[in-house]
Amino acid sequence: MSDGPPSIWEWIGRNWDTGRADSIRNLLTDHLTMSLVPIVLSLVLALPLGLACARWRWLYQPTSGLMNVIYALPSLPVFMLLISVTGLSQTTVIIPLTFYGMAVLIPAVVDGLRSVPDHVRQSAVAMGFTPLRRLLRVELPIAVPVVLAGLRVVAVSSISLVSVGALIGQGGLGGLFTRAYQNPFMPPVIVGIVLIVALALVADALIVLAQRLLTPWVRARKGMAS
Amino acid sequence: MSWLTSFFSWLGEFFGTAANWSGPGGIPMRLLEHLEFSALALALAVVIAVPVGLLIGHTGRGEVIVVVSANLARALPTLGLLVMFVLLLGTASIWPVIIPLVLLSVPPILVNTYEGIRGVDPELRDAAYGMGLRGGQVLTRALVPVALPLILLGCRLSAIQVVATTTVAAYTGLGGLGRYVIDGFATKDYASVVGGSVLIVLFALVVQILFALAQRVAVSPGVSQRQRIR
Repeated sequence: MSDGPPSIWEWIGRNWDTGRADSIRNLLTDHLTMSLVPIVLSLVLALPLGLACARWRWLYQPTSGLMNVIYALPSLPVFMLLISVTGLSQTTVIIPLTFYGMAVLIPAVVDGLRSVPDHVRQSAVAMGFTPLRRLLRVELPIAVPVVLAGLRVVAVSSISLVSVGALIGQGGLGGLFTRAYQNPFMPPVIVGIVLIVALALVADALIVLAQRLLTPWVRARKGMAS
Repeated sequence: MSWLTSFFSWLGEFFGTAANWSGPGGIPMRLLEHLEFSALALALAVVIAVPVGLLIGHTGRGEVIVVVSANLARALPTLGLLVMFVLLLGTASIWPVIIPLVLLSVPPILVNTYEGIRGVDPELRDAAYGMGLRGGQVLTRALVPVALPLILLGCRLSAIQVVATTTVAAYTGLGGLGRYVIDGFATKDYASVVGGSVLIVLFALVVQILFALAQRVAVSPGVSQRQRIR
Protein backbone atom coordinates (compact mmCIF):
# COMPACT_ATOMS: atom_id res chain seq x y z
CA MET A 1 0.00 0.00 0.00
CA SER A 2 2.90 2.33 -0.66
CA ASP A 3 0.87 4.13 -3.34
CA GLY A 4 -1.64 5.54 -0.84
CA PRO A 5 -2.27 9.21 -0.24
CA PRO A 6 0.59 9.77 2.24
CA SER A 7 3.17 8.81 -0.35
CA ILE A 8 1.63 11.24 -2.83
CA TRP A 9 2.10 14.14 -0.42
CA GLU A 10 5.60 12.91 0.34
CA TRP A 11 6.35 12.67 -3.38
CA ILE A 12 5.06 16.21 -3.96
CA GLY A 13 7.19 17.49 -1.09
CA ARG A 14 10.33 15.89 -2.47
CA ASN A 15 9.74 17.02 -6.05
CA TRP A 16 8.13 20.44 -5.64
CA ASP A 17 11.27 22.52 -5.88
CA THR A 18 14.36 20.48 -6.62
CA GLY A 19 16.06 23.25 -8.56
CA ARG A 20 16.03 21.01 -11.65
CA ALA A 21 14.06 21.81 -14.81
CA ASP A 22 11.62 18.98 -14.09
CA SER A 23 10.60 20.04 -10.58
CA ILE A 24 6.83 20.31 -10.24
CA ARG A 25 7.16 24.07 -9.76
CA ASN A 26 9.09 24.57 -12.99
CA LEU A 27 6.77 22.26 -14.93
CA LEU A 28 3.81 24.26 -13.61
CA THR A 29 5.41 27.53 -14.76
CA ASP A 30 6.14 26.06 -18.20
CA HIS A 31 2.62 24.73 -18.40
CA LEU A 32 1.16 28.15 -17.59
CA THR A 33 3.32 29.86 -20.22
CA MET A 34 2.54 27.34 -22.93
CA SER A 35 -1.20 27.52 -22.30
CA LEU A 36 -1.64 31.23 -21.52
CA VAL A 37 0.26 32.46 -24.58
CA PRO A 38 -1.97 30.55 -27.06
CA ILE A 39 -5.14 31.54 -25.16
CA VAL A 40 -4.29 35.26 -25.27
CA LEU A 41 -2.75 35.15 -28.74
CA SER A 42 -5.70 33.30 -30.30
CA LEU A 43 -8.11 35.87 -28.82
CA VAL A 44 -5.99 38.80 -30.04
CA LEU A 45 -5.79 37.31 -33.56
CA ALA A 46 -9.39 36.07 -33.70
CA LEU A 47 -10.91 39.49 -32.87
CA PRO A 48 -9.73 41.35 -36.00
CA LEU A 49 -10.19 38.27 -38.21
CA GLY A 50 -13.69 37.69 -36.83
CA LEU A 51 -14.51 41.38 -37.34
CA ALA A 52 -13.32 41.15 -40.93
CA CYS A 53 -15.43 38.03 -41.51
CA ALA A 54 -18.51 39.69 -40.01
CA ARG A 55 -18.02 42.78 -42.16
CA TRP A 56 -17.14 41.12 -45.46
CA ARG A 57 -19.41 38.11 -45.50
CA TRP A 58 -17.74 36.42 -48.51
CA LEU A 59 -14.65 36.04 -46.31
CA TYR A 60 -16.40 33.91 -43.70
CA GLN A 61 -17.06 30.76 -45.74
CA PRO A 62 -13.42 30.12 -46.76
CA THR A 63 -12.10 31.17 -43.33
CA SER A 64 -14.40 28.87 -41.40
CA GLY A 65 -13.65 26.05 -43.85
CA LEU A 66 -9.92 26.50 -43.26
CA MET A 67 -10.44 26.67 -39.49
CA ASN A 68 -12.48 23.45 -39.57
CA VAL A 69 -9.60 21.72 -41.34
CA ILE A 70 -7.05 23.07 -38.85
CA TYR A 71 -9.21 21.99 -35.93
CA ALA A 72 -9.32 18.44 -37.29
CA LEU A 73 -5.52 18.08 -37.34
CA PRO A 74 -4.26 15.87 -34.50
CA SER A 75 -1.83 17.77 -32.27
CA LEU A 76 1.02 15.25 -32.01
CA PRO A 77 1.85 14.98 -35.74
CA VAL A 78 1.52 18.76 -36.06
CA PHE A 79 4.04 19.24 -33.22
CA MET A 80 6.32 16.71 -34.91
CA LEU A 81 6.13 18.44 -38.30
CA LEU A 82 6.83 21.82 -36.71
CA ILE A 83 9.97 20.54 -34.97
CA SER A 84 11.97 20.88 -38.20
CA VAL A 85 10.98 24.57 -38.33
CA THR A 86 10.90 25.75 -34.71
CA GLY A 87 12.98 23.05 -33.00
CA LEU A 88 12.30 21.37 -29.67
CA SER A 89 11.05 24.60 -28.12
CA GLN A 90 7.91 25.86 -26.43
CA THR A 91 7.07 27.67 -29.68
CA THR A 92 6.45 24.28 -31.33
CA VAL A 93 3.58 23.70 -28.89
CA ILE A 94 2.38 27.31 -28.74
CA ILE A 95 1.84 27.78 -32.51
CA PRO A 96 -0.60 24.84 -33.08
CA LEU A 97 -2.50 25.60 -29.87
CA THR A 98 -2.94 29.20 -31.05
CA PHE A 99 -4.43 27.95 -34.32
CA TYR A 100 -6.77 25.52 -32.53
CA GLY A 101 -7.88 28.45 -30.37
CA MET A 102 -8.53 30.61 -33.42
CA ALA A 103 -10.56 27.80 -34.97
CA VAL A 104 -12.96 28.08 -32.02
CA LEU A 105 -12.80 31.85 -31.51
CA ILE A 106 -13.23 33.23 -35.04
CA PRO A 107 -16.71 31.65 -35.40
CA ALA A 108 -17.49 32.81 -31.84
CA VAL A 109 -16.59 36.42 -32.70
CA VAL A 110 -18.67 36.27 -35.89
CA ASP A 111 -21.65 34.71 -34.09
CA GLY A 112 -21.30 37.27 -31.29
CA LEU A 113 -21.37 40.20 -33.70
CA ARG A 114 -24.30 38.68 -35.58
CA SER A 115 -26.18 38.43 -32.28
CA VAL A 116 -26.35 42.23 -32.13
CA PRO A 117 -30.01 43.05 -32.87
CA ASP A 118 -30.55 45.28 -35.89
CA HIS A 119 -32.60 47.82 -33.96
CA VAL A 120 -29.70 48.26 -31.51
CA ARG A 121 -27.30 48.90 -34.37
CA GLN A 122 -29.69 51.35 -35.97
CA SER A 123 -30.22 53.16 -32.66
CA ALA A 124 -26.47 53.58 -32.33
CA VAL A 125 -26.29 55.02 -35.85
CA ALA A 126 -29.19 57.33 -35.09
CA MET A 127 -27.46 58.54 -31.92
CA GLY A 128 -24.54 59.65 -34.06
CA PHE A 129 -22.01 56.93 -33.16
CA THR A 130 -19.15 56.77 -35.64
CA PRO A 131 -18.58 53.23 -37.01
CA LEU A 132 -15.52 52.72 -34.77
CA ARG A 133 -17.25 53.97 -31.64
CA ARG A 134 -20.33 51.92 -32.48
CA LEU A 135 -18.12 48.84 -32.72
CA LEU A 136 -16.27 49.50 -29.47
CA ARG A 137 -19.15 50.81 -27.35
CA VAL A 138 -22.13 48.88 -28.67
CA GLU A 139 -21.39 45.87 -30.87
CA LEU A 140 -18.39 44.33 -29.12
CA PRO A 141 -19.91 44.57 -25.62
CA ILE A 142 -23.03 42.78 -26.86
CA ALA A 143 -20.82 40.11 -28.45
CA VAL A 144 -18.89 39.56 -25.19
CA PRO A 145 -20.95 36.63 -23.81
CA VAL A 146 -20.66 34.59 -27.03
CA VAL A 147 -16.93 35.34 -27.44
CA LEU A 148 -16.17 34.49 -23.82
CA ALA A 149 -18.15 31.25 -24.06
CA GLY A 150 -15.74 30.33 -26.87
CA LEU A 151 -12.78 31.51 -24.82
CA ARG A 152 -13.79 29.19 -21.97
CA VAL A 153 -13.63 26.22 -24.34
CA VAL A 154 -10.27 27.40 -25.68
CA ALA A 155 -8.78 27.97 -22.22
CA VAL A 156 -9.80 24.59 -20.80
CA SER A 157 -8.78 22.58 -23.87
CA SER A 158 -5.46 24.45 -24.32
CA ILE A 159 -4.49 23.77 -20.72
CA SER A 160 -5.15 20.06 -21.12
CA LEU A 161 -3.66 19.84 -24.63
CA VAL A 162 -0.29 21.30 -23.61
CA SER A 163 0.47 17.98 -21.89
CA VAL A 164 0.71 16.17 -25.27
CA GLY A 165 3.80 18.31 -25.84
CA ALA A 166 5.53 16.09 -23.27
CA LEU A 167 6.03 13.60 -26.10
CA ILE A 168 8.48 16.07 -27.68
CA GLY A 169 9.88 17.05 -24.28
CA GLN A 170 7.82 20.29 -24.04
CA GLY A 171 4.64 19.46 -22.19
CA GLY A 172 4.82 21.32 -18.90
CA LEU A 173 3.00 19.16 -16.36
CA GLY A 174 2.62 16.53 -19.09
CA GLY A 175 6.25 15.74 -18.30
CA LEU A 176 4.94 14.08 -15.14
CA PHE A 177 3.03 11.58 -17.30
CA THR A 178 6.03 10.55 -19.42
CA ARG A 179 8.17 10.31 -16.29
CA ALA A 180 5.56 8.12 -14.60
CA TYR A 181 5.33 5.87 -17.65
CA GLN A 182 9.06 5.36 -18.10
CA ASN A 183 9.52 4.58 -14.42
CA PRO A 184 6.15 3.04 -13.52
CA PHE A 185 4.91 5.09 -10.59
CA MET A 186 1.40 6.39 -9.97
CA PRO A 187 1.80 9.60 -7.86
CA PRO A 188 3.16 11.80 -10.70
CA VAL A 189 0.18 10.83 -12.90
CA ILE A 190 -2.33 11.73 -10.20
CA VAL A 191 -0.55 15.00 -9.39
CA GLY A 192 -0.36 15.90 -13.09
CA ILE A 193 -4.03 15.18 -13.78
CA VAL A 194 -5.22 16.99 -10.63
CA LEU A 195 -3.06 20.06 -11.29
CA ILE A 196 -4.11 20.30 -14.95
CA VAL A 197 -7.82 19.95 -14.14
CA ALA A 198 -7.40 22.50 -11.31
CA LEU A 199 -5.68 24.97 -13.65
CA ALA A 200 -8.50 24.48 -16.17
CA LEU A 201 -11.14 25.12 -13.48
CA VAL A 202 -9.36 28.28 -12.28
CA ALA A 203 -9.02 29.62 -15.84
CA ASP A 204 -12.69 28.86 -16.48
CA ALA A 205 -13.76 30.62 -13.26
CA LEU A 206 -11.63 33.68 -14.12
CA ILE A 207 -13.29 34.00 -17.53
CA VAL A 208 -16.75 33.68 -15.95
CA LEU A 209 -15.75 36.44 -13.52
CA ALA A 210 -14.47 38.60 -16.38
CA GLN A 211 -17.78 38.11 -18.16
CA ARG A 212 -19.69 39.33 -15.10
CA LEU A 213 -17.51 42.42 -14.87
CA LEU A 214 -17.71 43.14 -18.60
CA THR A 215 -21.48 42.68 -18.89
CA PRO A 216 -22.98 44.23 -15.74
CA TRP A 217 -26.28 44.80 -17.56
CA VAL A 218 -27.01 41.08 -17.71
CA ARG A 219 -27.31 40.84 -13.95
CA ALA A 220 -29.07 44.18 -13.67
CA ARG A 221 -31.71 42.91 -16.10
CA LYS A 222 -32.12 39.68 -14.14
CA GLY A 223 -32.50 41.73 -10.96
CA MET A 224 -35.29 43.74 -12.54
CA ALA A 225 -37.10 40.64 -13.67
CA SER A 226 -37.22 39.07 -10.22
CA MET B 1 14.13 27.03 -46.67
CA SER B 2 16.49 24.21 -45.71
CA TRP B 3 13.78 22.63 -43.57
CA LEU B 4 11.56 22.34 -46.60
CA THR B 5 14.15 20.38 -48.57
CA SER B 6 14.86 18.08 -45.63
CA PHE B 7 11.09 17.68 -45.17
CA PHE B 8 10.70 16.38 -48.70
CA SER B 9 13.80 14.20 -48.56
CA TRP B 10 12.50 12.59 -45.33
CA LEU B 11 9.14 12.13 -46.98
CA GLY B 12 10.79 10.51 -50.01
CA GLU B 13 12.89 8.28 -47.79
CA PHE B 14 9.87 7.13 -45.75
CA PHE B 15 7.50 6.46 -48.63
CA GLY B 16 10.26 5.26 -50.96
CA THR B 17 11.54 2.50 -48.69
CA ALA B 18 10.01 -0.77 -49.86
CA ALA B 19 10.26 -2.29 -46.37
CA ASN B 20 7.82 0.35 -45.09
CA TRP B 21 5.08 -1.08 -47.30
CA SER B 22 4.92 -4.67 -46.07
CA GLY B 23 4.86 -6.78 -42.94
CA PRO B 24 3.36 -6.09 -39.51
CA GLY B 25 5.06 -2.68 -39.25
CA GLY B 26 4.22 -1.68 -42.81
CA ILE B 27 2.09 1.29 -43.79
CA PRO B 28 -1.01 -0.73 -44.89
CA MET B 29 -1.00 -2.68 -41.62
CA ARG B 30 -0.49 0.41 -39.43
CA LEU B 31 -3.20 2.25 -41.34
CA LEU B 32 -5.58 -0.64 -40.78
CA GLU B 33 -4.72 -0.74 -37.06
CA HIS B 34 -5.31 2.98 -36.71
CA LEU B 35 -8.65 2.61 -38.45
CA GLU B 36 -9.55 -0.41 -36.32
CA PHE B 37 -8.77 1.21 -32.94
CA SER B 38 -10.40 4.53 -33.88
CA ALA B 39 -13.51 2.82 -35.26
CA LEU B 40 -13.80 0.52 -32.25
CA ALA B 41 -13.55 3.40 -29.77
CA LEU B 42 -15.91 5.60 -31.77
CA ALA B 43 -18.47 2.80 -32.18
CA LEU B 44 -18.46 2.08 -28.44
CA ALA B 45 -18.80 5.79 -27.72
CA VAL B 46 -21.78 6.09 -30.10
CA VAL B 47 -23.45 3.03 -28.53
CA ILE B 48 -23.11 4.60 -25.08
CA ALA B 49 -23.62 8.29 -25.81
CA VAL B 50 -26.47 8.37 -28.33
CA PRO B 51 -29.07 6.45 -26.24
CA VAL B 52 -28.11 8.33 -23.07
CA GLY B 53 -28.22 11.66 -24.90
CA LEU B 54 -31.61 10.83 -26.44
CA LEU B 55 -32.98 9.78 -23.06
CA ILE B 56 -31.73 12.85 -21.20
CA GLY B 57 -32.82 15.17 -24.00
CA HIS B 58 -36.28 13.62 -24.27
CA THR B 59 -37.03 13.32 -20.56
CA GLY B 60 -35.12 16.42 -19.42
CA ARG B 61 -33.71 14.44 -16.50
CA GLY B 62 -30.02 14.11 -15.67
CA GLU B 63 -28.91 17.26 -17.50
CA VAL B 64 -26.12 17.67 -14.94
CA ILE B 65 -24.43 14.56 -16.36
CA VAL B 66 -24.21 16.21 -19.77
CA VAL B 67 -22.71 19.46 -18.50
CA VAL B 68 -20.21 17.82 -16.14
CA SER B 69 -19.04 15.23 -18.67
CA ALA B 70 -18.53 17.89 -21.35
CA ASN B 71 -16.39 20.05 -19.10
CA LEU B 72 -14.46 17.14 -17.65
CA ALA B 73 -13.65 15.65 -21.05
CA ARG B 74 -12.16 18.95 -22.16
CA ALA B 75 -10.14 19.45 -18.99
CA LEU B 76 -8.78 15.90 -18.59
CA PRO B 77 -5.35 15.50 -20.21
CA THR B 78 -5.49 12.57 -22.66
CA LEU B 79 -1.88 11.52 -22.11
CA GLY B 80 -2.35 11.46 -18.32
CA LEU B 81 -5.50 9.38 -18.61
CA LEU B 82 -3.78 6.90 -20.95
CA VAL B 83 -0.77 6.49 -18.65
CA MET B 84 -3.03 6.14 -15.62
CA PHE B 85 -5.10 3.33 -17.17
CA VAL B 86 -2.02 1.49 -18.42
CA LEU B 87 -0.32 1.72 -15.02
CA LEU B 88 -3.52 0.50 -13.33
CA LEU B 89 -4.47 -2.30 -15.74
CA GLY B 90 -1.20 -3.31 -17.41
CA THR B 91 -0.63 -3.85 -21.13
CA ALA B 92 -1.76 -7.47 -21.48
CA SER B 93 -4.62 -6.41 -23.78
CA ILE B 94 -5.57 -3.28 -25.74
CA TRP B 95 -8.45 -2.44 -23.36
CA PRO B 96 -6.44 -0.30 -20.92
CA VAL B 97 -5.85 1.98 -23.91
CA ILE B 98 -9.29 1.66 -25.53
CA ILE B 99 -11.18 2.55 -22.31
CA PRO B 100 -9.75 6.11 -22.05
CA LEU B 101 -10.27 6.54 -25.81
CA VAL B 102 -13.96 5.72 -25.34
CA LEU B 103 -14.26 7.86 -22.20
CA LEU B 104 -12.91 10.91 -24.03
CA SER B 105 -15.09 10.44 -27.10
CA VAL B 106 -18.41 9.96 -25.29
CA PRO B 107 -18.98 13.61 -24.20
CA PRO B 108 -19.01 15.36 -27.61
CA ILE B 109 -21.65 12.90 -28.89
CA LEU B 110 -23.59 13.05 -25.62
CA VAL B 111 -23.68 16.86 -25.54
CA ASN B 112 -24.67 17.26 -29.18
CA THR B 113 -27.31 14.52 -29.08
CA TYR B 114 -28.80 16.15 -25.99
CA GLU B 115 -28.64 19.64 -27.51
CA GLY B 116 -30.13 18.33 -30.72
CA ILE B 117 -33.16 16.84 -28.99
CA ARG B 118 -33.60 19.85 -26.67
CA GLY B 119 -33.40 22.24 -29.60
CA VAL B 120 -36.31 20.70 -31.49
CA ASP B 121 -39.17 23.17 -31.86
CA PRO B 122 -41.73 22.34 -29.12
CA GLU B 123 -44.52 22.86 -31.66
CA LEU B 124 -43.10 20.04 -33.77
CA ARG B 125 -43.07 17.82 -30.72
CA ASP B 126 -46.70 18.71 -29.94
CA ALA B 127 -47.67 18.14 -33.56
CA ALA B 128 -46.14 14.65 -33.44
CA TYR B 129 -48.12 13.82 -30.29
CA GLY B 130 -51.20 15.34 -31.91
CA MET B 131 -50.82 12.97 -34.85
CA GLY B 132 -51.17 10.12 -32.38
CA LEU B 133 -47.52 9.08 -32.00
CA ARG B 134 -46.52 7.75 -28.61
CA GLY B 135 -43.44 8.88 -26.59
CA GLY B 136 -40.92 6.52 -28.18
CA GLN B 137 -42.30 7.09 -31.66
CA VAL B 138 -42.16 10.85 -31.24
CA LEU B 139 -38.50 10.45 -30.39
CA THR B 140 -37.52 8.15 -33.25
CA ARG B 141 -39.79 9.52 -36.00
CA ALA B 142 -39.86 13.25 -35.31
CA LEU B 143 -37.11 14.32 -32.89
CA VAL B 144 -34.18 12.18 -34.09
CA PRO B 145 -34.43 13.17 -37.78
CA VAL B 146 -34.52 16.85 -36.83
CA ALA B 147 -31.67 16.44 -34.33
CA LEU B 148 -29.59 14.33 -36.71
CA PRO B 149 -27.31 17.14 -37.98
CA LEU B 150 -26.21 17.87 -34.40
CA ILE B 151 -25.88 14.17 -33.51
CA LEU B 152 -23.62 13.70 -36.54
CA LEU B 153 -21.68 16.84 -35.62
CA GLY B 154 -21.04 15.25 -32.22
CA CYS B 155 -19.81 12.09 -33.93
CA ARG B 156 -17.55 14.14 -36.18
CA LEU B 157 -16.03 16.01 -33.21
CA SER B 158 -15.56 12.67 -31.44
CA ALA B 159 -13.85 11.24 -34.50
CA ILE B 160 -11.39 14.16 -34.47
CA GLN B 161 -10.72 13.43 -30.82
CA VAL B 162 -10.38 9.66 -31.33
CA VAL B 163 -7.98 9.87 -34.29
CA ALA B 164 -5.76 12.28 -32.32
CA THR B 165 -5.87 10.26 -29.11
CA THR B 166 -5.17 6.98 -30.92
CA THR B 167 -2.00 8.67 -32.17
CA VAL B 168 -0.97 9.69 -28.65
CA ALA B 169 -1.87 6.19 -27.40
CA ALA B 170 1.03 4.79 -29.42
CA TYR B 171 3.16 6.13 -26.58
CA THR B 172 1.56 3.61 -24.24
CA GLY B 173 2.15 0.76 -26.66
CA LEU B 174 -0.91 0.81 -28.94
CA GLY B 175 -0.26 0.06 -32.62
CA GLY B 176 -1.44 2.29 -35.45
CA LEU B 177 0.15 5.19 -37.32
CA GLY B 178 1.29 6.83 -34.08
CA ARG B 179 3.97 4.12 -33.84
CA TYR B 180 5.98 5.72 -36.69
CA VAL B 181 5.93 9.06 -34.91
CA ILE B 182 6.68 7.81 -31.40
CA ASP B 183 9.30 5.21 -32.39
CA GLY B 184 10.85 7.48 -34.99
CA PHE B 185 11.19 10.28 -32.44
CA ALA B 186 12.76 7.91 -29.87
CA THR B 187 15.35 6.62 -32.37
CA LYS B 188 15.88 9.97 -34.13
CA ASP B 189 14.56 8.45 -37.37
CA TYR B 190 13.06 11.67 -38.74
CA ALA B 191 11.96 10.09 -42.01
CA SER B 192 9.60 7.95 -39.92
CA VAL B 193 8.46 10.92 -37.83
CA VAL B 194 7.69 13.13 -40.84
CA GLY B 195 6.20 10.33 -42.96
CA GLY B 196 4.05 9.07 -40.08
CA SER B 197 2.89 12.60 -39.24
CA VAL B 198 1.85 13.27 -42.82
CA LEU B 199 -0.03 9.95 -42.92
CA ILE B 200 -1.92 10.77 -39.70
CA VAL B 201 -2.83 14.25 -40.94
CA LEU B 202 -4.12 12.78 -44.22
CA PHE B 203 -6.01 10.09 -42.30
CA ALA B 204 -7.68 12.74 -40.11
CA LEU B 205 -8.66 14.80 -43.16
CA VAL B 206 -10.14 11.80 -44.99
CA VAL B 207 -12.18 10.92 -41.88
CA GLN B 208 -13.52 14.48 -41.81
CA ILE B 209 -14.47 14.37 -45.49
CA LEU B 210 -16.27 11.04 -44.95
CA PHE B 211 -18.25 12.54 -42.07
CA ALA B 212 -19.19 15.57 -44.14
CA LEU B 213 -20.44 13.22 -46.89
CA ALA B 214 -22.30 11.04 -44.38
CA GLN B 215 -24.08 14.13 -43.13
CA ARG B 216 -25.22 15.03 -46.65
CA VAL B 217 -26.55 11.54 -47.27
CA ALA B 218 -28.12 10.84 -43.87
CA VAL B 219 -29.85 14.11 -43.05
CA SER B 220 -33.36 14.38 -44.44
CA PRO B 221 -33.59 16.90 -47.33
CA GLY B 222 -36.34 18.76 -45.50
CA VAL B 223 -34.17 19.25 -42.43
CA SER B 224 -31.02 20.33 -44.24
CA GLN B 225 -33.14 22.61 -46.45
CA ARG B 226 -31.64 21.16 -49.61
CA GLN B 227 -35.26 20.88 -50.64
CA ARG B 228 -37.27 24.03 -50.07
CA ILE B 229 -40.63 23.51 -48.45
CA ARG B 230 -43.28 25.41 -50.36
